[in-house]
Amino acid sequence: MSEDIGKIDVSYVAHLARMHLTEAEKEKISAQLKDILAYVAKLNELDVSNVQPTAHATPLSNIFRKDEVRPSIDQTKILANAPEEARGLFIVPKIVE
Amino acid sequence: MGLHALMLHKLTIHELRAQLESGEVTAHAAAEAIFGRIGDIDSKVKAYLPWKDFDGVIAQAHAIDEAGIPRSDKLLGGVPIAIKDVINVEGDYCTCGSKILSGRTGSAHDGYHSIYDATVIKKLREAGAVIHARTNMDEFAMGSSTENSSWDVTRNPWDLERIPGGSSGGSAAAVAADEAIAALGSDTGGSIRQPASLCGCVGFKPTYGRVSRYGLVAFASSLDQIGPFTKDVEDCALMLQVLSGHDPCDSTSVPEPVPDYTQSLGKGVEGLRLGMPKEYFIDGMDREVDAAVHAAIKKLESLGAEIVEISLPHTDYAVAVYYLIATAEASANLARFDGVRYGARVAGEDVIDMYGKTRGAGFGPEVKRRILLGTYALSAGYYDAYYLRAQKVRTLIRQDFEKAFEKCDAVVTPTSPEVAFKIGEKVDDPLKMYLSDIFTISVNLAGICGVSIPCGFTSSPKLPIGLQILGKSFGEETVLRVAHAYEQATEWHKEKPNL
Repeated sequence: MSEDIGKIDVSYVAHLARMHLTEAEKEKISAQLKDILAYVAKLNELDVSNVQPTAHATPLSNIFRKDEVRPSIDQTKILANAPEEARGLFIVPKIVE
Repeated sequence: MGLHALMLHKLTIHELRAQLESGEVTAHAAAEAIFGRIGDIDSKVKAYLPWKDFDGVIAQAHAIDEAGIPRSDKLLGGVPIAIKDVINVEGDYCTCGSKILSGRTGSAHDGYHSIYDATVIKKLREAGAVIHARTNMDEFAMGSSTENSSWDVTRNPWDLERIPGGSSGGSAAAVAADEAIAALGSDTGGSIRQPASLCGCVGFKPTYGRVSRYGLVAFASSLDQIGPFTKDVEDCALMLQVLSGHDPCDSTSVPEPVPDYTQSLGKGVEGLRLGMPKEYFIDGMDREVDAAVHAAIKKLESLGAEIVEISLPHTDYAVAVYYLIATAEASANLARFDGVRYGARVAGEDVIDMYGKTRGAGFGPEVKRRILLGTYALSAGYYDAYYLRAQKVRTLIRQDFEKAFEKCDAVVTPTSPEVAFKIGEKVDDPLKMYLSDIFTISVNLAGICGVSIPCGFTSSPKLPIGLQILGKSFGEETVLRVAHAYEQATEWHKEKPNL
């Protein structure tokens, strides 16, 4: 991991995150992330070879309910905040050419 | 409005409830008194967002009066409660401190409006409360100073040039300045406890799964909890009573029965073992904070508690673990803000361009920083080295607390290594800002509960210092018991800022 510190490709990660950044933002964030990544590298000091990851702080798993149809939220309410909507659909720019 | 109304804002929940129940005071008068106090001082404190639904709140209060609720035995009957702007209240705006949920003109009025009540809001309503105005916060709950709000920086009521802490800075400042009887906040890495400490009020983070997250806009789903800000521990117990409980709408809420938290009050600390973790009393801490917390622990000892030295050996890794896990989870949770279904959309040539422009324009710098860090930590080739490793160290941190709770009933620490810093002091150094959370962060990683209560002030300027009391999972009763015993043996909770 050590050779990757500071080589974060901000443009690539911003694309993964679907977030436009200006060149100035990219430069500033790049420097800040380099510092942060250098700091989190301290986790390499620990031997975690026999440790299970904790994804969750509670003892619960697989919470299901009966597969019964129940009222949901009214469609009008769901569309109420839409930037653009028509005939019960959210309108977006063309996705497929 | 008589003389009574002029003082209503200074009351605690239990004091106000006594007057409401006897009919001396109405819910309407209480709600008006809060608006009156906001009108007097909030231009200085900026605890609240500028968009307030006076008519809606007063109509709500009238309806509650007409239904006879204040005179009933409902725990919060007629009491106005302020809400952090990250919790959904049906029909109200919800900006989460972000431009991305505001309207085209940057106002909340034409922005996202909630289409349902969060479970905690339903519970407050069932308990007879008046859902009052919305408080300022760091954008999407990311921050320790409320400087990351897209709207304004909330001021610390004890020194208006200083931050109130964050991310629930607005709620903490409102309660401390008597601009709210009590308020809701959320805590992911300390966002209730740290501002409570810096503003001199009581702030409680329940055990993960104790309070429903349904309707809380998610930041880090395995860490977030909603909790109360109050003026004293008795009020805190009342609020926890109302907020707690299993919720089928939140699959992470735990079906643990809710005890009567008010039974924890007045029990004293005789025979309780309080653990002092050596890793939380370090060089570089503010000397007065160190002194005040040590004095508080001595006080608890004089009240009959046994002080035990313990160790939480992985403390030093907690901030690193948090900033990988929380940011990774946030990168997933904030993917929904894409301009498709809600929020401010910025037009693009195609959908990807729309996403990019919408998110680029809508998110502030701290949110962008965290989304990028989280995305990177989860990306192909880096997942094992960063995210997975962090999850393993999280296990070690959780085990540290499990072992500690074999030796003690509660853990006592400072809430923050410092008192409120000046506005602008840390904005250019994100890492320095992250280290403010050093004493609160492990608690969220381990999923346990904790409170911050006032335990003193620095001498000059006079700024609040907080004592943090931690309990094991579903150990809220012990935490409340210790907190109440300390509070009732001291006068800190009666001190108010000069506003």
